Amino acid sequence: MSTSARLGVLKTYKLFVNGAFPRTESGRTLAVVDTKGKLLAHVCHGSRKDLRNAVVAARSAAPGWAKRSAYNRTQILYRMAEMLEGKAEEFTRVLASTVPGGNRRAAKEVAAAIDRLVAFAGWADKFGQVLGNNNQVAAPFYNFTVAEALGVVCIVAPSEEPLLGLVSLLAPVICAGNTAVLLGSEAHPLATAIFGEVCATADVPAGVVNLLTGKRPELLAVMAGHRDVDGISAAGCSKAERTILELGAAENLKRVTVEKINGPAWYHETKMHAPYRIQPFVEMKTIWHPSGV
Amino acid sequence: MSPSPKIESKPELDFGNAWDYATAPEGTQVVIQEKYGLFINGEFCPPRSKQFMDTVNPASEVVLAKIAIANHADVDLAVAAAKAAFPKWKRLKASERAKYLFRIARRIQERGRELAVLETLDGGKPIKESRDVDIPEAAKHFFYHAGWADKLDYAFPGLTGTPLGVCAQIIPWNFPLLMAAWKIAPALACGNTVVLKPAETTSLTALRLAEIFQEVGLPPGVVNIITGPGNSGAALAAHKDVQKLAFTGSTRVGKELARNLAGSGKRLTLELGGKSPNIIFEDASIDQAVDGVVQGIYFNQGHVCCAGSRLFVQEGIMEEVLARLAVRIASLRVGDPMDKNTDLGAINSLGQLATIKRYLEVGTAEGAHMHQSTAKLPKRGYWCAPTWFTEVQPSHTIAREEIFGPVLSVMSFRTPEEAITRANNTPYGLAAGIWTDKGSKIFEIASRLQAGVVWCNSYNRFDAASPFGGYKQSGFGREGGRQGLWSYLELKA
Amino acid sequence: MSIRTVDKVAVEARAASFQTRSIKNESKRQGLLMVTSMVDLTTLEGKDSAAKVRSLCQKAMLPDAALPHVPSVAAVCVYPRWVELARELLAGSGVKVASVASAFPSGQVDLATKLVDVRAAVQAGADEIDMVMHRGAFLSGQYEVVSAEIRAIKEACGGQHLKVILETGELETYDNVVRASELAIAAGADFIKTSTGKVQPAATMPVTLVMLETIRSHFLATGQMIGMKPAGGISRAKDALHYLVMVKETLGDAWLSAKWFRFGASSLLNDVLLQLHRLESGQYTAYYDVTES
Repeated sequence: MSTSARLGVLKTYKLFVNGAFPRTESGRTLAVVDTKGKLLAHVCHGSRKDLRNAVVAARSAAPGWAKRSAYNRTQILYRMAEMLEGKAEEFTRVLASTVPGGNRRAAKEVAAAIDRLVAFAGWADKFGQVLGNNNQVAAPFYNFTVAEALGVVCIVAPSEEPLLGLVSLLAPVICAGNTAVLLGSEAHPLATAIFGEVCATADVPAGVVNLLTGKRPELLAVMAGHRDVDGISAAGCSKAERTILELGAAENLKRVTVEKINGPAWYHETKMHAPYRIQPFVEMKTIWHPSGV
Repeated sequence: MSPSPKIESKPELDFGNAWDYATAPEGTQVVIQEKYGLFINGEFCPPRSKQFMDTVNPASEVVLAKIAIANHADVDLAVAAAKAAFPKWKRLKASERAKYLFRIARRIQERGRELAVLETLDGGKPIKESRDVDIPEAAKHFFYHAGWADKLDYAFPGLTGTPLGVCAQIIPWNFPLLMAAWKIAPALACGNTVVLKPAETTSLTALRLAEIFQEVGLPPGVVNIITGPGNSGAALAAHKDVQKLAFTGSTRVGKELARNLAGSGKRLTLELGGKSPNIIFEDASIDQAVDGVVQGIYFNQGHVCCAGSRLFVQEGIMEEVLARLAVRIASLRVGDPMDKNTDLGAINSLGQLATIKRYLEVGTAEGAHMHQSTAKLPKRGYWCAPTWFTEVQPSHTIAREEIFGPVLSVMSFRTPEEAITRANNTPYGLAAGIWTDKGSKIFEIASRLQAGVVWCNSYNRFDAASPFGGYKQSGFGREGGRQGLWSYLELKA
Repeated sequence: MSIRTVDKVAVEARAASFQTRSIKNESKRQGLLMVTSMVDLTTLEGKDSAAKVRSLCQKAMLPDAALPHVPSVAAVCVYPRWVELARELLAGSGVKVASVASAFPSGQVDLATKLVDVRAAVQAGADEIDMVMHRGAFLSGQYEVVSAEIRAIKEACGGQHLKVILETGELETYDNVVRASELAIAAGADFIKTSTGKVQPAATMPVTLVMLETIRSHFLATGQMIGMKPAGGISRAKDALHYLVMVKETLGDAWLSAKWFRFGASSLLNDVLLQLHRLESGQYTAYYDVTES
């Protein structure tokens, strides 16, 4: 930072919806301060209407994204890793200034987030082989079970590890061919806000990833009850928040996964890179076809 | 010999009685007790509630037995027994656990005829189906899962699975013993203990299964069976010591259970209703497709969650399909379920019959044309002739709601895209059927139908090795196959 | 001619479903009598002699002297050289004389020779001609050749009843069976028949079902009735009853008559008679309860 008298440009980060960066329709913003309490920037205070618009975008992008070849999804996820690597310094700076733990912690988080994207990039064309199989039925049928994308998944990212948490929840969801509407860390929203720039430059089709910043109490119940949402992935939730999600989800029986991951567990690669973290966001479809000429 | 002259009116086939089949009643006699208690901790015991309900043969309206009604105290006892049995059952060497399941499977086969007769008496389904489908498939589920018990380490590479604890399992009345097997077999194979609640109208075969558990020496408390109406099930689901709930039944009750369990930390799998599409393209093998449609909707009187209740026919072959459908339905024999030649038995209960009749009225009132087989129905008992509606519009109630009876709604489509859109235009997503002779069309359409099971050139095929379960509001989780184990294990890296 | 296809697994499952019908008591008795009346009692061997034909004709007219209510069979089926003798023996009995012709069983001679064969049989007094389809031409796609032959032979029959043997065991697929059935019907067959009895597999329930369904399609489209004759391999009364079940439930009452349905068989009749004895006496029977013709 310059110490000259020049006045810095204070940025207001926007939402990332349908491949564009709109402001919240509500006109509200939230101030982001650094660990010393100094104003760093503003982010949008996303509303239920922003959420609704994001779901519309995610829904319309869903069939196209699911139909892309897994190989293509691999490359796009890898491209996200490349773009994140390119922005590593910026993310490290932002995280170091807003999250306790300083530069070293921040750098570690960014590196882990990049590696996570690389790991799931590699899974895109393999998880189906691990989760699916053919079935030896006692009849002249070729019978096989395949994993298919759920559709639209809403993600509630944890407050801690604002970048790694986001990436950890997002990667398995989009890797499987779902589109995502993600509510970023409420406490540290900057990583979410900047992550839109990663998506926008990584060939992620419009609507596949939609990023909101805002407050859980306003959005969780709306997300959970939205009938055009097929699944929910959340982490870092209180019991009350989990109840809100599961209660709302009963409306259309959306699939809810609330992971309990804390502190060092976010860095546990064996657990966090497992294909079984994709499993909750696919449907297993079993197909029977007679075999006979 | 000269061929018959060409005729002006539409040629019709006559399915009369030039040669009729004599009645062929299944002769096996089964002993039914006057009264059944609850099966808790390896013993039959009278209910704490001191209350009983009648179970009725829907084909004759005769009361078969009195069945215990479990109250909260009974649920407590059953769950406590399952909880107490859990540590030892969990620690038992997996290959030994497997052998218990193998024993159960074998005894189901050996007592197959008795179980089939009981199933038919209590539920009204044709003896042909209970004998050839329900009971053999129930045995197969135990055989299949027996083999998994000591192979769970290979099911999900990289993960170690441990059992969850006490599983509450609530099952419906359409396939009483088979659903019990679908639920109990994987739970036991994975090392869990069970409290099962059969449906109110069909408890007898589950209680017979309890006798088999006694015969094979299954340790007390590993499976407990409590009977009663929906309240008993609700109490079971809500019990604090239940770790997992598996429910098969209506979407309405499924949602209610999901709400009740929100935030409880209990695992939940739901196998719910459906309004499954069966799609016939003009290049299909028409005669087999029509057989499949009949199998899809009239199997088990249409009391099948994955029944192919919406038939979509490509416009160009509509007339041909309807003509064949009418012919095929004319040959269906409706009546005494104990007659080995019966194709459609009794409707499971008076309440369900009323529901079906209401839909028949609504269908007609909304403008669809109702057709029914002219099969003569018995005087006593609950009956519904095989029914199909033409002139059905996608907006009609009978095209949207699950009827759970022998009622087919026939609609048309013009292009594959329209077929897919119409097929998916439902909150349900349990199953679907596709009939076409073109392979590439099969794969494209199968991949775009939102359904957990897609039957290509077939319908209503089941196998223990084949995962079953729905998309969307038909529930979540799978039963059968490797994927079915997922819901009964705590899996850790 | 349409290109109707058959699903093998489904048609075999449907055929098997007829075998679950339980035919007891009076319906069994009636069924057995009906089967008897539908039998084309057959001898087609190199060692056939006048004596053999005599005993066959006797059996055809009076299947069992101990069971006088049992009807005579529909026809006897012999090689052309025995037609005249059979004609003489069966005169006035109502039992028809059927003759295989057209270079049975292979059909591997030119059309002119086949026509000579057919005309000779007709000349000798055959009521019915069982011709063999030209499978070589059929399997090499020369459908017009096959058709032309059938039309020519139909003409040579001069009004006598023509059964066209498809020899389904050589056609291999059900799709071929449908195509051959449609072709034979279009070319003027009064009956379609599965097999010569010289090739395995001969008649099976699924192949017969496929042919019955083709007859049904033709009837529903045109109102014209075509007859059906499974031949070869049906030797047990129980199997024959299952064929009747299949006819009843596929084509209905009208086809439950020797006019429209026949069994081509040699040993079936005796098993039917044994079953009838069993029903009469209530005792299990011995092989010497019926006569070898």
